[in-house]
Amino acid sequence: MAKEILIVTEIWNGDFRKISLEALSAGRHLADDTGAALTALVMGENVADKAEALAAHGADTVLVAENPGLASFRPCEFENLVTAVIKEKQPGIVIFGATRQGRELSAGVAARTKAGLAPECTGLFIEAGRLVATRPMYGGKVIATVDIEGEIQMVSIRPNVFEIKEAAGEGKIETLAVDLGEANVTLLEEKIEMATRVELTEADYIVSGGRGVGSEDFTVIENLARALGGAVGASRNAVDLGWRPQSDQVGQTGKVVSPKLYIACGISGAMQHIAGMSTSDVIVAINTDPDALIFKTSDYCIVEDLFEVVPAITAELEKG
Amino acid sequence: MDIIVLMKQVPDTEAPVEISASADRLETEDLKWAINPYDEFALEEALLIKEAREDVTVTVISVGPDRVAEAIRVAYAMGVDNAIHINDEFEEEAFAATDAHTTAAILSKVLDDTPYDLIISGNRGVDDDNYQVPAFVARMRDIPMINMVTRQEIQGNEIICDQAVDGGIATVKAALPALITANKGMNEPRYPAFRAIMKARKQKVDERELSDIGLAPADLVPKVKIRSLAYPPERADGKLVNGANAAQKAKELIRLLKEEANVI
Ligand SMILES: Cc1cc2nc3c(=O)[nH]c(=O)nc-3n(C[C@H](O)[C@H](O)[C@H](O)COP(=O)(O)OP(=O)(O)OC[C@H]3O[C@@H](n4cnc5c(N)ncnc54)[C@H](O)[C@@H]3O)c2cc1C
Repeated sequence: MAKEILIVTEIWNGDFRKISLEALSAGRHLADDTGAALTALVMGENVADKAEALAAHGADTVLVAENPGLASFRPCEFENLVTAVIKEKQPGIVIFGATRQGRELSAGVAARTKAGLAPECTGLFIEAGRLVATRPMYGGKVIATVDIEGEIQMVSIRPNVFEIKEAAGEGKIETLAVDLGEANVTLLEEKIEMATRVELTEADYIVSGGRGVGSEDFTVIENLARALGGAVGASRNAVDLGWRPQSDQVGQTGKVVSPKLYIACGISGAMQHIAGMSTSDVIVAINTDPDALIFKTSDYCIVEDLFEVVPAITAELEKG
Repeated sequence: MDIIVLMKQVPDTEAPVEISASADRLETEDLKWAINPYDEFALEEALLIKEAREDVTVTVISVGPDRVAEAIRVAYAMGVDNAIHINDEFEEEAFAATDAHTTAAILSKVLDDTPYDLIISGNRGVDDDNYQVPAFVARMRDIPMINMVTRQEIQGNEIICDQAVDGGIATVKAALPALITANKGMNEPRYPAFRAIMKARKQKVDERELSDIGLAPADLVPKVKIRSLAYPPERADGKLVNGANAAQKAKELIRLLKEEANVI
């Protein structure tokens, strides 16, 4: 029997992130291909009651690590814990979500276990019993197929790329003895302001505004995002002008997003912006300039003043 | 105090890329190169610390082939004091064959005999999006790492940083020596004048081959290997959404998104 597949899940605002279920579904698929058992690791404070739900997405075993010190992401402590679990369980494949947390954690754990890590993967398959991954590089301009050497193959996967599927696993719960180990970074203060907002990288619908919005009044953009049940994004210009927080920025020096629908309003379509959104399923661009570059990357192009057409789209949606 | 900046040269984002005939690397001949944008934040931050204190030396370390000299010249023109270039030209026929493990092993080896109190790097390279080299270097040196920093303050032999975390900001501290990675928002990188770049030609680069730092290509075993590169599937030509006025275009878009694209 193949070595087990370990999914490192992530809790946010009291529940699993969507990416964790995406990773479980991807893991279930690989487990079925290789005959491996699928294990999910859950870390946090008061998370035991959540653990069972993972069986519905295919987990054969759920490892639960509970400790007040895991209430929010502390890189050193999480890394100590995950490294210990990997050293003990010796999984063949480990899957992380390529979130803010997952990126840092996977890199730290790969360093500590000297494992090969292919980050930001958008495709996973098994060939001759080993995992092979595909991942965008150079701002999405090429897709690489990569081999990961060594006993333990690690990957992180891009949010919103892998489908969540219900699947039955045994759902055996195992409680871990938690040793947080040593930390060389100390938390002084944490200010979380946006816990209840839809995280940009997880949103199915994103409406982004650029310099064309003209001011920090993003009401038209926000209204459309709300009507779609999505999130608001921004170009770098909109962020640099102080209209939106840095956390809203999409692109090379911002976030990489892959929603079902991306609507770019008043954004010119510079390569640095495209690098962050080109993997969206469907792209709509609204721009007054018929020659705007953004139209080259869009499925639907609307040449129009955004202040005219965006409220009309919102109204049309609200009509149902 | 000694500040090290880890700098990488990456293909210029605006330049198109071409896949080589062997399909496992980029055609590099006509490619335009630039300093990794996040490393510009790292360079700027090091220079801001230098300007605010009396005792700072900024050294940039870069691993890469001959062309990296160009990026180093820009770093000199910005104001760094020293540059160490580990020339890995030997790898040229296998571009990007070095992965995060090997790059970090090279950098860490250089740090064996380069003094440092603070290491600053970008939080990711925008070419391979690996997010690993700084983490690996910090673990190899066994020093604290603070990721995605937007503000730092050195107090005695500690560094206090604001870092971007999900949904907000965390303030953390660590003892020096430490490694921090720069996020956008940390500063506005300066643009060196062309003249300064020309002048920087004369500045000395400490160029070393792998053997000079006691490593052989055989010591560097990449763990993630590119098998092949391909272009992403092309998006069909965008459809112009027609209508006599904004309201009609809106109506037509909703129809298309519902009936054709099936996304709402
Ligand atoms: C190192 C580096 C990193 C970068 N990283 C990023 C990044 O992460 N993300 C990013 O977005 N950019 C990034 N950029 C910046 C990028 O190059 C562009 O400058 C930026 O994306 C442009 O923003 P914009 O489209 O909002 O503004 P502009 O280029 O000014 O475009 C505004 C657009 O709005 C249109 N417009 C104006 N009024 C209206 C209206 N009423 N209705 C409809 N359309 C209207 C105009 O026709 C124009 O096309 C980066 C640049 C560099 C050098």
